[in-house]
Amino acid sequence: MKVAIEVNGTRQEREVEPRQLLVFFLRDDLGLTGTNVGCDTSNCGACTVLLDGESVKSCSVLAVQADGGSVTTIEGLATDGGLHPMQAAFQQHHALQCGYCTPGMVMAAVSLVREHPNPTEAEVREGLEGNLCRCTGYHNIVKAVMAAGGGR
Amino acid sequence: MSILGNRVLRKEDPKFLTVGGTYVDDVPLDHPLHVVYVRSTVAHARIVSIDTDEAASAPGVVAVYTAADIDLAPMPPGAPFANPAMTRPWLADGVVRFVGDMVAAVVAESREQAVDAAELVGVDYEPLPVLVDPEQALESETLLFPEAGTNLVLSIPESLVGIMLPPEAAEQDPNLFDGCEVVVKQRIFNQRVAPCPLEVRAAAATFEDGRITQWSSTQSAHGVKTTIAGTFGVDEADVRVIAPDVGGGFGAKMGGGPEELFVTWLAREYGRPARWVETRSESMMTLGHGRAQIQDVEIGGTRDGKITAYRLNVVQDAGAYPNFGALLPMMTRMMLGGVYEIEKLSFTSRSVATNTNPTVAYRGAGRPEAAAAIERAVDLFAAEIGMDPAEVRRKNMIRKDSFPHPTATGVTYDVGDYETALDRVLERADYAGLRAEQARRRESDDPVQMGIGLSVYVEITNGIPGSEFGSVEVLPDGKARVLTGTSPHGQGHGTAWSMLVSEQLGIPIEDIEVVYGDTDRVPRGVGTFGSKSLQSGGVAVHQASEQVVVKARELAAELLEANPDDVVLDKAEGRFHVAGNPTAAKSWAELAVAAPDGLSAEADFEAPGPTFPFGAHLVVAEVDTDTGLARIVRMVAVDDAGTILNPLLLEGQLHGGIAQGVAQALLEEVRYDEDGNPVTSNLADYAMISATELPSFETHPMETPTPFNPLGAKGVGESGTIGSTPAVQNAVVDALSHLGVRHVQMPTTPIRIWQAINDAKGGGAR
Repeated sequence: MKVAIEVNGTRQEREVEPRQLLVFFLRDDLGLTGTNVGCDTSNCGACTVLLDGESVKSCSVLAVQADGGSVTTIEGLATDGGLHPMQAAFQQHHALQCGYCTPGMVMAAVSLVREHPNPTEAEVREGLEGNLCRCTGYHNIVKAVMAAGGGR
Repeated sequence: MSILGNRVLRKEDPKFLTVGGTYVDDVPLDHPLHVVYVRSTVAHARIVSIDTDEAASAPGVVAVYTAADIDLAPMPPGAPFANPAMTRPWLADGVVRFVGDMVAAVVAESREQAVDAAELVGVDYEPLPVLVDPEQALESETLLFPEAGTNLVLSIPESLVGIMLPPEAAEQDPNLFDGCEVVVKQRIFNQRVAPCPLEVRAAAATFEDGRITQWSSTQSAHGVKTTIAGTFGVDEADVRVIAPDVGGGFGAKMGGGPEELFVTWLAREYGRPARWVETRSESMMTLGHGRAQIQDVEIGGTRDGKITAYRLNVVQDAGAYPNFGALLPMMTRMMLGGVYEIEKLSFTSRSVATNTNPTVAYRGAGRPEAAAAIERAVDLFAAEIGMDPAEVRRKNMIRKDSFPHPTATGVTYDVGDYETALDRVLERADYAGLRAEQARRRESDDPVQMGIGLSVYVEITNGIPGSEFGSVEVLPDGKARVLTGTSPHGQGHGTAWSMLVSEQLGIPIEDIEVVYGDTDRVPRGVGTFGSKSLQSGGVAVHQASEQVVVKARELAAELLEANPDDVVLDKAEGRFHVAGNPTAAKSWAELAVAAPDGLSAEADFEAPGPTFPFGAHLVVAEVDTDTGLARIVRMVAVDDAGTILNPLLLEGQLHGGIAQGVAQALLEEVRYDEDGNPVTSNLADYAMISATELPSFETHPMETPTPFNPLGAKGVGESGTIGSTPAVQNAVVDALSHLGVRHVQMPTTPIRIWQAINDAKGGGAR
């Protein structure tokens, strides 16, 4: 099937198999390997991207479902050559170690603070429940998200 | 001003945050073969037949392999001193021994085609009796390896006497508890858990011009190189191993397993690139698991709180093909008595093969098991004599003036100050205030009770003797390049090693490149595990830096026609000049250009011994006595890993470790049913800890430098895991102790807690 998806501001037209997941469309067809796959049950959130501004787990969306939509991945988050405030906060607070969960975690965090500006710690922890990290114990991720989101 | 000790942000981060890391699955290959393994769906069975015809003719399939098709010698046990008959075939050779055992390999042009074809492989099994419980396996007539004559893999002390232990270690004191006024016994299950790195295992290989290049998601690129060379009988010079970005390891990613080496074999066989990436479900079933000890503890002493005797008997579940997990009770034995001066100690262990996934090192690797046992035992002893657990600990601690401290288990603690760690954690947590709040809730019969759990731990880091490599080269543009034998996977060596070099050379850290995880670029190395990196590889980089400065000073003196003793390095400017005369100076760039053979130095540092970080953790838990749900409200941690290089990185290591330790106490457990079917084989069924189940942590550093290296540094990668687990378990039990509960097994899930409360009430329904 033919799809047309705007990815990080660029319109991408491709033939895809109906069964192809959005994450493999991004990784294999477009070479955007920043988005990672960490599980096969949609629990880990490593593949989180923004679809029409809202966070989705791209392992749970078919490429054809994104037809006509707009996708933002970690590669498209920074603008003007600098880091997006969430990316900067992650570095500032040492909110990443091995980096594998990071792209998905950052995208989920961007979506979280858009929906809940000035989040409490509890709101951040609840909001990130669907994104797993094994390195940081979440401590610094929570700090970073609160800092970037003007948390209380 | 020194850069060391500062919160320097990681240089690694911008890449991860903007385009993501380059993990094995991201490495571009030219039309690689993809392999998918057909894995056993039964725990123990004879293979009657394997039908590969349909799979072999499926679209895109290049070949389907079974044991009959490959001529590779079985792999010896992954644990030294294991029964040598317990070998692992590359693909199951007539018998499968656990769910997940490799039965066939399907090779196809695309991953999807390989997955589809793997579904078409038919295997006819004839079931054999299944051994899931290691104690049952010890007694059973069913043998995983009939040629071994036993399911016992190795036992301590027996297997190690005359090798790692003196003859007298074989003697057990039958009267260990004679004279004790109080003796308490408890069986403790230190349950099997899954390491869960976010990146699963992956491998890729090419074979060009007689050389193997292997990309591996591993903690030890050089270790994998040695394994590949040995396995295929080739010269190490003909093997290049690259560990690109590695998405977590936690001890379980040493590399060189059959899944990964089969990829090498394919590349050689076809002269084509080959690739394998496991799925998460596959990883949960077949990436090595951790812990899995059944512990019988016995602790005795006087009614006034002096502990005089302690015994720990362990049954270690080794899983189907004995790996490093089988040897880990050795580490448990080393750290047997923890921070306490106990007159009589006794330890035995038996590692046993079962029809489960093999066990390996997992963050802490044998030491969390030791700490969990002694710290739970001390609490049981304190409860029995009715003394505050903090007081019992204080009364029995090794004093800070008695280091170096040789233990009865044959190791020497380098340096420690356990009492200060305990005092500090009690003070920072407001122990008295917490006890008052606990008393208030008990008096008011609050449905949500509060528990305060303590643990004071000591652990061993850099425990495997050997040296680590580091080198520093100043380049003609005045920048520096570091080569290190460590193999980081999230620890931040790029930043940390740059700080060490910058401290000596004055070159800014952004102008320092740190190279690791590539055996063609780094001449030798060991890797990153056992909390060894800074105190071995970091020290090597530090020493190489010092040597480079010495060489540069001599060269500068020659060029400036001065005595080297009169030449100083202006670190702020990155230039050498004669003291008092900064106008005539030689920059790093000028010296690098002028040096006839380049300006570099290398070092191999071997520490005189392991180091023993320590700390005290205090957990405040709230337990809902109606639902059995335990929640961690506060986690206060005082940890001492010697001199701190970068507090940001240190705290990061502690946070991650603490979370994994809490996870074991509270949530996580790998389980099998009685037929050996894994029931926690994906992240939906396995309760990997998330942000909602943790509080923010209150970490308070202590710095007691080790005398064993010039940086004064010990390891911190595993401390958090070791200290936190018993503190959480003790807190949960403490919340319920007034109800008559004396122990709750891990993980302390709502059902277990509810049952413990119910049992303490005499078993009557609420």
